[in-house]
Amino acid sequence: MASYDFLFNALGLRDWCDAGSSTAPMSMADLIGKTKGADAPAASFWDFPFPSMDALNHACGSFPQSRAVTKGLEDGFLSIKDGMSVVLDPITQPLSWFLEGALWLFATTPWWIMIPLMMLVVQLVARSVALTSFVGGCIALLAFIDYYEYAMQTLAIIFVCATICVVIGVPIGIAMSRSDKFQRIAIPILDMLQTLPTFVYLIPLIFLFSVTEPKLYGIAIILYAIVPVIRLTNLGIRLVDERVIEAADAFGMTSRQKLLRVQIPLALPNIMAGVNQTIMMSLAMVVIASLVSAPGLGVLVLRGIRNLELGVGLVAGLGIVLLAVILDRVTKAALARVNVAHQQ
Amino acid sequence: MSDEIKISIRNLYKIFGPEPEQALEHVRDDMDKTELLEAHGHVLGLKDISIDMLAGKITVIMGLSGSGKSTLIRHLNRLIEPTAGEVIVDGEDVLAYDETQLRELRREKMSMVFQHFALLPHRTVLENAATPLDVVGVPRSEWEDEARKWLERVGLEGQDNQHPHQLSGGMQQRVGIARALTSNSDIMLMDEAFSALDPLIRTDMQNLLLALQEELHKTIIFITHDLDEALKLADHLVILKDGMVIQQGEPQKILMHPNDPYITDFISDINRARVLRVRSVMEPESGPRSGLAGEVDLNENLETVIAMSGGDTNLSYRVTKEGEPVGILSVKKLVRALVPSAASDEGIRAKAS
Repeated sequence: MASYDFLFNALGLRDWCDAGSSTAPMSMADLIGKTKGADAPAASFWDFPFPSMDALNHACGSFPQSRAVTKGLEDGFLSIKDGMSVVLDPITQPLSWFLEGALWLFATTPWWIMIPLMMLVVQLVARSVALTSFVGGCIALLAFIDYYEYAMQTLAIIFVCATICVVIGVPIGIAMSRSDKFQRIAIPILDMLQTLPTFVYLIPLIFLFSVTEPKLYGIAIILYAIVPVIRLTNLGIRLVDERVIEAADAFGMTSRQKLLRVQIPLALPNIMAGVNQTIMMSLAMVVIASLVSAPGLGVLVLRGIRNLELGVGLVAGLGIVLLAVILDRVTKAALARVNVAHQQ
Repeated sequence: MSDEIKISIRNLYKIFGPEPEQALEHVRDDMDKTELLEAHGHVLGLKDISIDMLAGKITVIMGLSGSGKSTLIRHLNRLIEPTAGEVIVDGEDVLAYDETQLRELRREKMSMVFQHFALLPHRTVLENAATPLDVVGVPRSEWEDEARKWLERVGLEGQDNQHPHQLSGGMQQRVGIARALTSNSDIMLMDEAFSALDPLIRTDMQNLLLALQEELHKTIIFITHDLDEALKLADHLVILKDGMVIQQGEPQKILMHPNDPYITDFISDINRARVLRVRSVMEPESGPRSGLAGEVDLNENLETVIAMSGGDTNLSYRVTKEGEPVGILSVKKLVRALVPSAASDEGIRAKAS
């Protein structure tokens, strides 16, 4: 006797239940119960179960078990998967090209061009000799211990993904700042993207795309890292002094002029803070993405874990820290320069 | 001077709240501000405002905070939409304008100066001053000279490449005024333009505005909560309270004949000798008279006459307008006019009789 028999009897569904009882596959708990032999002793009131799907199924064979939920979700996903692939594959194909191109470019450019070039970029962005020499030193150190190639792969992926995040994220942020309705819809999605455990991104993507394609990890990184740039663009534009906006209106600016000449320039410090966060989150995700064949330092970390190669794992981890410090300092220095220009 | 009406506001109402149309009915049935808020949750912004603003004159709208003066000025260029009423500029109803026409109006006919300057912090002084030209797409090479000219006119030579945050408040507001002038519009809206400045600089800026006005003859709508400032600048003074016009007219007349205890309270604090003019206290009389101590111009303030008389109340002066005699001013009458309560009693009596 199951605990909820009375419910189905009372509802007069007994016949319907019995009709389906024999076909349902056994749950693991049932199997174990069976091997232990005999029915469990009559349950006391103390053990009365919550009316969960499994408990109800126990009373009524036609009632679905809880595994039907996960199974259903899986079947549902698999059934639309082909359709989604047809649409998503061509749309996301350029991402694969960008990633392959960047990886090729970063790998084939000789170190004696690459390192000075990066130092030059840092110098232009940050205008700080100290920072430039620090960056040069860090990369030289990584190269000296033969991690140059891995570091470049990681940087190439971040370069592509962060750029795409900005290109897509800033317009989304602008759209959010202009429509309260869109903001209400977008915020829960952004919250979900940010809190969903990072590994969970990978599962549906593996079904949708081939693991050999770079866009698989590209999409995972972008989904995860795009959130801060969207949020901070939205916030930055909403925080622009209303009095200045009013003045822009009073002088007859169109909304496009207002956006380009007032809102974006004044929101720039916040947007830059978002870009900084986006780059840092790309770096965090690129390590996890090594699980789905993303090249770079993450592969070494993974090797450290899998083969218990303590040294390789630790050194690769420290290499990631160095990259993180470089990227953070350079974007923060750029941000500081923007801030100086915006002081009120 | 012409008496051409540049801007005419007709029966303007503004009610803030979710259903202003419904609340408007109550307001038309003479419900007051407090009752409307308590019973219907709507805020009465403006009630039945009608003002004519003359071309080339300074119309000052004065009221305490919450009186609706900032709301009123924003109706002129429709930064705020009214609930009911008309705003007519140069014979055209601004409220009937579509977005493009409205933008044209804001770009070409009206410029605005703000209490907190509202300059673009990321642009230089020169670029800020050139905003109105930049907005209509004039290239930099063409607006540079124009913007520089106006910056010089407001006393900001050589600051072109500074950013607003590098300037003091008074200088920032000069940029604000230069920006409004660069647009070359007939109408200038000034929303508490000098209220955020300290008193000495405020006086400077008032003098600057009067000097500019002498030269440019713009139609200026000036908002202030400071009666001294209002009396100094106004050709036409409008006093607002709780979203209603309580009195409007020539400032001297309001001063001599306030028709509301609220205004009486207001004007009891000011230095009347400095604000009142000879023409407001004199007796019209053009015939010859003996025993006069001298001549004064009818636009002289009373302070000057007191200084001339040396405090002797037995003297009388001939009042002249452009050299022609127009009246007689006795110092006794002058001294009486300096006592505010007497003047206001007279005003209320005059109104009652």
